[in-house]
Amino acid sequence: MKKNIPLLFAFVVGIIVLASEFIPHRPFNSITETLQNWFMIISGFAILLGQISLVRVNVSKIRNRSRDWQFYLACLISFALMVIIGLLWGKQEARGILGQGAAITANLGSKPFDYLFDNVYIHLSATMFSLLAFFIASAAYRAFIIRSFESNLLMITGVIVILGRTSMGSMLTGWLPARLHFLHLPVLTDFIMQYPNSAAQRAIMISAALGILGSSLRIILGIERSYLGSDK
Amino acid sequence: MSVNQNTQTERRLIFLLLFIAVLVPLIFPIGWKTEVSPHAKMAYDMIDSKPEGSVAILSFDYEPSTMTELQPMATAIIEHAWSKGHKIIATALWPQGPQVADLAFKEMAAKFPDKVYGEDYVNLGYKPGGMVTIQAMGKSLKDVYPLDINGKKYDDLPIFKNIRALRDVTYAASLSSGVPGIKEWIMVAHDVHSVPVTGGTTAVSAPGFLPYINNQNQLYGLLGGLKAASEYEIMIGTVGPATVKMDAQSIAHLLILIFILVGNIKAWRIRHKPKQQAGTE
Amino acid sequence: MAEFMQVFGIWLGAFFTFCIYSFLYKDNPFYKFGEQVFVGLSAGYWLIVIIYDTLIPNLFTKLIFDFNNNVILLIPAALGVMMLMRVIPKAQWVSRYPIAIIVGTTAAISMLRFLKSDLMHQVSATMINPFALPSLTEKIGSILLIIGTICGVYFFYFSKKQEGVYAVPSKIGIWFLMISFGASFGYTVMARISLLIGRLEFLLRDWLHIIN
Repeated sequence: MKKNIPLLFAFVVGIIVLASEFIPHRPFNSITETLQNWFMIISGFAILLGQISLVRVNVSKIRNRSRDWQFYLACLISFALMVIIGLLWGKQEARGILGQGAAITANLGSKPFDYLFDNVYIHLSATMFSLLAFFIASAAYRAFIIRSFESNLLMITGVIVILGRTSMGSMLTGWLPARLHFLHLPVLTDFIMQYPNSAAQRAIMISAALGILGSSLRIILGIERSYLGSDK
Repeated sequence: MSVNQNTQTERRLIFLLLFIAVLVPLIFPIGWKTEVSPHAKMAYDMIDSKPEGSVAILSFDYEPSTMTELQPMATAIIEHAWSKGHKIIATALWPQGPQVADLAFKEMAAKFPDKVYGEDYVNLGYKPGGMVTIQAMGKSLKDVYPLDINGKKYDDLPIFKNIRALRDVTYAASLSSGVPGIKEWIMVAHDVHSVPVTGGTTAVSAPGFLPYINNQNQLYGLLGGLKAASEYEIMIGTVGPATVKMDAQSIAHLLILIFILVGNIKAWRIRHKPKQQAGTE
Repeated sequence: MAEFMQVFGIWLGAFFTFCIYSFLYKDNPFYKFGEQVFVGLSAGYWLIVIIYDTLIPNLFTKLIFDFNNNVILLIPAALGVMMLMRVIPKAQWVSRYPIAIIVGTTAAISMLRFLKSDLMHQVSATMINPFALPSLTEKIGSILLIIGTICGVYFFYFSKKQEGVYAVPSKIGIWFLMISFGASFGYTVMARISLLIGRLEFLLRDWLHIIN
């Protein structure tokens, strides 16, 4: 029972949304519209759930004195700091519990929440992802090796695109005469991207769409029910 | 398993070389010229063709991690749109979107001091839900965004005078670094409401969106990565943040090619070593 | 004071940049500290944005200032609270109701949108007459586009045992996929390098003032 009624819910809302596409009249369209607006609010709570889980996991690690527990404490402190200053003085132009915080904003140059975002969050986020530049360089050296006809195709295309998508690529083959213009690296790159690449990506897209159609139907019809969790 | 098992020292050497390859051209720029690609031109032409007074949605569907690639596109598109007299509604499908939108508007407002918040541009903030949220915008923008990020009511903002739903905007541009992003805008804004869609993505995801540039006009051009951002800057006649980085990009690409070459030579030598030994025995 | 805090902010940014980059040498406490601060700030940021950008305008303001016209919003509010029950083991089953509504709506909308955009439009876009196109490049390109798409889908979906003549389209499909993966690798290199350039630009321009 604890599972069947939610499955029925999923079935009913799924069928209503599907029906509203083909019968764009009352009551289907208005129910779908309402559902879409509710969706945003429920999704908002789902994100709250994520934050609660993060706090719980970290608290338990700190309580159990797990390995590196001090760092999880740093995580919790930064979380609390961001939330508290956000609630007290708001963000951007939005006012918080204590209003706009004119005095503290004058001292910091921006609201405390925005100050942390601009000076810490942006840098941490950007640096974390920029680490990948080093790893891809290492991967290029280690794994981009000629082995077979297929790997040759991959390598040749990769090399053309790496050169063609830079200003250096235009310079390297810029001297080619007009009749050999198709060999000009940026032109060759555009051709690869526009035709063979698009063909393969379109094949992936069509195949994935067929897969999504199947899995969506399974969800709506209640065949796929793993998203509801175990029977506990 | 890879043929090349590079040692810790090799790894660190690769990291150091890459670091230097990016650092040096930033300090001593070379000034190589960039050519404009057809897809960037297509995006530019679509925006350029819209009349003065057009209202566009610019969706900031990215976070600071990809700002280097997408923020120059945002500022270039804002500059282009404002110079054509378009109005911009900023939305965000990613939570950090409103904040990066704010940074872009602040930068551009210095160049266009006559642009007034609420009349020429507005920042509506973040909504979760991705595709479902865009679908809801198709029925009513006001229901999705009753207030902007400053707490001003939808009806009090002059920019929305003739805008009730998604179909009323002239075009939509999404700058996206993943899901939800430009794909959702194509699927709903164009394929349901026939609103022309263009935009930019990080280079990583660009190849996957190219099939949408087709005879169905699902997507009008695409700016893929920093190179495309620099192409857009060239088209609007400005030396922006993307253009100045292209030399460093080129040199780093050259270094990556050298790594591939050296890696292959090393792999070839490893593969042929046992054969040579067997031949001599 | 504001000026000092601005400079302090840049130093703070530089410190955390180096904390993260220290991982390139080896895993160390500075990296772990930076990583966990990032996770904490990120989660805190999401929470505040959800409150200010979604829950206040779309729920609380409507309920507080215009309750009579928005009384129906109590339902998604209740469903939202039911979602939070997930954290209480004994009441976990309550969260299945909002999850079912979310999943049911998403499944139906995805089904419709993918059917139209990624299936029907893509198939239509492949049904073109290459010989009607003006230039030779477009003609050749479009022929490649048609062959590549059909062979790619064949490779993914054709369930007959792929041997002999049946293996040929599959093989061609793989070639196209390899070309596409190569192109994707090229674009990935471009993306990652761009991110590194962004960081070094910050260090050289904002922190060290070496470049303008």
